[in-house]
Amino acid sequence: MPSKEYLQAERNQPWREALRKTMKNKERTDLPRVKMPEQQPDVRIHNFKEVNLGLTLQQALSESHRCLDCVDPTCITGCPVEVNIPKFIKNIERGEILEAAKTLKDTNTLPAVCGRVCPQERQCESQCFYVKKLKKEAVAIGYLERFAADYERESGHISIPATAPANGIKIAVAGSGPAGLAFAGDMAKMGYDVTVFEALHELGGVLRYGIPEFRLPNTIVEVEIEGLKKMGVQFVTNCIIGKTISQEDLKEMGYRGLFIGSGAGLPNFMHIPGENLIGVMSCNEYLTRVNLMQAADPESDTPIHRGKKVAVIGGGNTAMDAVRTARRLGAEKAMIVYRRSEEEMPARIEEVKHAKEEGIEFFTLHNPLRYEGDENGHVQRMLLQRMKLGEPDASGRRRPIPIEGETIWVDVDEVIVSVGVSPNPLIPSSFAGLEVTPHGTIVVDDETMQTGVEYIFAGGDIVRGGATVILAMGDGRKAAKGMDAWLKKTL
Amino acid sequence: MKKVYFCKIKLSPIYSRKRISISVFVMNKIVGKEYLSDKVVKFEIEAPLIAKSRKAGHFVIVRIGKKGERVPYTIASADPQKGTITLVVQNVGKSSGKFCELNVGDYITDLVGPLGKATHIENFGTVVCAGGGVGIAPMLPIIEAMKKAGNKVIAVLAARTKELVILENEVRQFADEVIIMTDDGSYGKKGLVTHGVEEVIQREKVDLCVTIGPAIMMKFVSELTKKYNIPTIASLNTIMVDGTGMCGACRVTVGGKTKFVCVDGPEFDAHQVDFDEMLMRLKAYN
Repeated sequence: MPSKEYLQAERNQPWREALRKTMKNKERTDLPRVKMPEQQPDVRIHNFKEVNLGLTLQQALSESHRCLDCVDPTCITGCPVEVNIPKFIKNIERGEILEAAKTLKDTNTLPAVCGRVCPQERQCESQCFYVKKLKKEAVAIGYLERFAADYERESGHISIPATAPANGIKIAVAGSGPAGLAFAGDMAKMGYDVTVFEALHELGGVLRYGIPEFRLPNTIVEVEIEGLKKMGVQFVTNCIIGKTISQEDLKEMGYRGLFIGSGAGLPNFMHIPGENLIGVMSCNEYLTRVNLMQAADPESDTPIHRGKKVAVIGGGNTAMDAVRTARRLGAEKAMIVYRRSEEEMPARIEEVKHAKEEGIEFFTLHNPLRYEGDENGHVQRMLLQRMKLGEPDASGRRRPIPIEGETIWVDVDEVIVSVGVSPNPLIPSSFAGLEVTPHGTIVVDDETMQTGVEYIFAGGDIVRGGATVILAMGDGRKAAKGMDAWLKKTL
Repeated sequence: MKKVYFCKIKLSPIYSRKRISISVFVMNKIVGKEYLSDKVVKFEIEAPLIAKSRKAGHFVIVRIGKKGERVPYTIASADPQKGTITLVVQNVGKSSGKFCELNVGDYITDLVGPLGKATHIENFGTVVCAGGGVGIAPMLPIIEAMKKAGNKVIAVLAARTKELVILENEVRQFADEVIIMTDDGSYGKKGLVTHGVEEVIQREKVDLCVTIGPAIMMKFVSELTKKYNIPTIASLNTIMVDGTGMCGACRVTVGGKTKFVCVDGPEFDAHQVDFDEMLMRLKAYN
């Protein structure tokens, strides 16, 4: 959390004081929350264009007036990267949108990404005064973040955060996903010479291979990475730290620190009969084929099954991404199969809403028991167990219990398993001295993100085991702070 | 054209560590191309970092062209001094076809590795290496490493016909004995790879068998050696996308458990591999 004094000083700027006086709080709180313009469901299921179209300038201005510029901006406590939320929103209100974008970039390397994929309703917006005290809908912080970032990009006046004079200290980053990019951005700001090594042939990690175009267009990711390049960050694709270059190579090349943000690249399966049939695959495989390899493009060499009856197993955001992708690839029946009820679904409310609008069927309180295939080994049907909810389990959610004797067969020709991911073992297994938990995550200090090997820091899903873009970015920022402090101490 | 590779500075004295601290950027240029048969091409490719770090059994992922798919190829050999690796490619489809069309001076769009676990090398005693068709190429570094570890190495090279028996001279450099089998009897002995392997087993004590080739061939080699209780390693060549454990397209059942060929393999205890399932899954996109 930024210091109270700093926030207070910013809030006391004359322009902010003047702005607060332009409108009574009662008038502000009476304004309705803006509605995000969307592509119509019957149109969007035939294309991969973004579903959310973004606020108009008029909408953004109106929404920005709702923010009360609180004395104690609790919203910031809900943000893993501590964006100065009132400051950017008030900049929108006074029409200084480029200034708003700059404020975002002070602490957030990827505002256009976060404005689209962050679960704001569980973070900043859940801590908004409107929700906490007025029992009203929160200020649409996420929409406004996206608006400011998009406005800046489209204006052509993209601000590049100021960087400290180059200190010549070389830092390596393993993985170009959200954790690595946030780390790289902060280190570059502090003057370090940062190189990001990516295993795949494209940059962006999960932003690229995982999240579909209709939720996060690749061009958005590319522009944000371009910004990092302008800050001096170097990128190397097709290079796996620990495989292509060893720990010793890194040292020999002069790198003084390494940040591991290699992600949760290992998909979980349920280990039930028939899971290796043709047409049953992980969400990672399905989404990678479509997003990274562009398999839906007829000119792409990478093949993809275009199932007509597609079941996606799981209730997270990735499951929603997969099932909505299947619908766009021509599935007549696209289903979510989830063992708990809709209330326990980890997916964002917006994703569930969008999925329903797109005609996705929800088999909640159902769990697959087995799959059966035809004579060629193609999956043909699945046996589902009906479930009910019992007492809360360790996760705090009510435990699903099978209802004995209640099973149903459902015809399918494609099954996408989206029941979570585990950390990618490639790096932990090839670096000596890293402490790894039984779940495969790397053990780090909570505050500094430093591992047992003192020059190696880690963050994101390789530490958390499967979380969100913004939490990974928060880790990257913490690690940058931690590594900077460690380097200053040792050099 | 900025697809580049980091490599260490030993290439030229100009790039001494003091002068340039990071890197020399090089692309994955094809520096050698040789037709081993009509449809089998041997490529020598600049990839200094991989050449340095790879071991027997490792593979790379190759992508040809901006619309290309990611395809795994096991490394046949490497020259760390020259900074090159050798891949042997059989033209069997769209992607391998595009690869085979490349010539000396062309660049590989994307090349990443080394991937997978290296072959477990030790002095087992007598090792039979049963390679079929283009599988002889990835067998070559294993034959070399096994020989250097002190094993007696007997190579059984099998192919449909004489022209498809590849890399025989290279294998002869390291193997104590080479047995050639062809389906049509046009070279070596007439018969399948299993005939050659069984001949050795009946003649002398074999401590380990390594097999690389078409899945169906490995299945039969495995069934044979199981009968004689000879530990057997098979190097599996499944469909992959990323090759780093991310997608699971390559999964196989080994000893009743699902394994990923890319990170758990590519080599497994052949007697535990469900080859029928693997054969089925190889047809996923046919």
